[in-house]
Amino acid sequence: MDGAHDMGGVAWSVPVRPEPNEPVFHAPWERRAFALTLAMTMPGGWNIDMSRFAREDRPPADYLGMSYYQIWLAGLERLMLERGLVASDEIDAAKALHPAEPVAKTLTPDGVAAMLHRGGPTEREASSPARFAAGDRIRAKDIHPPTHTRLPHYVRGHVGVIERVLGCHVFPDSNSTGAGENPQWLYTVTFSGRELWGEASDPNLKVSVDAWEPYLERT
Amino acid sequence: MTDHDHHHHDHDHSELSETELRVRALETILTEKGYVDPAALDLLIETYETKVGPRNGARVVARAWADPAYRARLLKDATPAISELGYAGRQGEHIVAVENTPTLHNMVVCTLCSCYPWPVLGLPPVWYKSAPYRSKAVKDPRGVLRDFGFELPAGTEIRVWDSTAEIRYLVLPMRPAGSEGWSEERLASLVTRDSMIGTGLPKQPHEVA
Repeated sequence: MDGAHDMGGVAWSVPVRPEPNEPVFHAPWERRAFALTLAMTMPGGWNIDMSRFAREDRPPADYLGMSYYQIWLAGLERLMLERGLVASDEIDAAKALHPAEPVAKTLTPDGVAAMLHRGGPTEREASSPARFAAGDRIRAKDIHPPTHTRLPHYVRGHVGVIERVLGCHVFPDSNSTGAGENPQWLYTVTFSGRELWGEASDPNLKVSVDAWEPYLERT
Repeated sequence: MTDHDHHHHDHDHSELSETELRVRALETILTEKGYVDPAALDLLIETYETKVGPRNGARVVARAWADPAYRARLLKDATPAISELGYAGRQGEHIVAVENTPTLHNMVVCTLCSCYPWPVLGLPPVWYKSAPYRSKAVKDPRGVLRDFGFELPAGTEIRVWDSTAEIRYLVLPMRPAGSEGWSEERLASLVTRDSMIGTGLPKQPHEVA
């Protein structure tokens, strides 16, 4: 979707502000929001692409007005409300009012290390050969799906070069809607700064994105 | 979002406590329904506050500086090379290491959200997730480096990696002169988090001696 989350190249007049000796979390509630989000993926059964869409799919003013973990929290609430795991009257009452839905599994303390170590690898066996090879010139398609996509707006319509073939990976545009993993070939595609930002760009700048085959067309 | 955080922290305590109450309510509900175990939550938090952080990545970089065969394995296929040191898993399932040279500087960003190599760097700092960094890194990375207090020579090629898929990037910074013959442990003390993102440089030997 075209949203405020897709920030590459957007004018932002304030500098990047590193914080000396920054703590991992800035408030106790951030710790809990983080841990709840990770733990709920198990009983919730949603995937990372559904989580990302639940976070980014909100009006720009809301997205920009919320802190990072407020967005995580809002995304988590939405995923749980959609599946009936939690109801809004329960959140208002701050206690469970309805019976729990049956869930396949939950995260126990014994399972934490294994869950983190397992992660969520996305590479899958390919069912067809890759269309592109390193060195090929391609154009990123000018697409604007209303659903989740991982092709950032600033490369759309621009010509780049395939730098690496990264294997066949779960396709977020399908996985985020529940349409299945639909694995697609993934490539590192490199663009010159001038191709993306015009003649005034730094001539020594190159930017790459990792893009799935359906995002790309031969020039 | 750095700016908003500052506003919230400085002026808007009511909104902050509303969020805090909401998180507490959710944890209560989810625990009552048997969906989460608070002890598992504690362990997740402890893991990322005390065990998984940039010291892991610093050990990888130090090994690569000290051992040419390891460096070659890391640059060829970083995921198994990093796993040799015991770091693997969530948000580091597929890692690519990119090497800085006298003519090339690498910088890593996620313009769409906050993708970051957790097993080697831990959770990302606020600035990495902020609008100014996510917008500026791909268009004016030299300006970003100036925000961090250093100037890259004009002739150096700058290469920005936007983490748009599940590939995570780790910058292998240049080994500082004057660290010849150092042990891996000492070398690791030179490696800063920002030098592995590409927004900083390693410390100089005199800074840690």
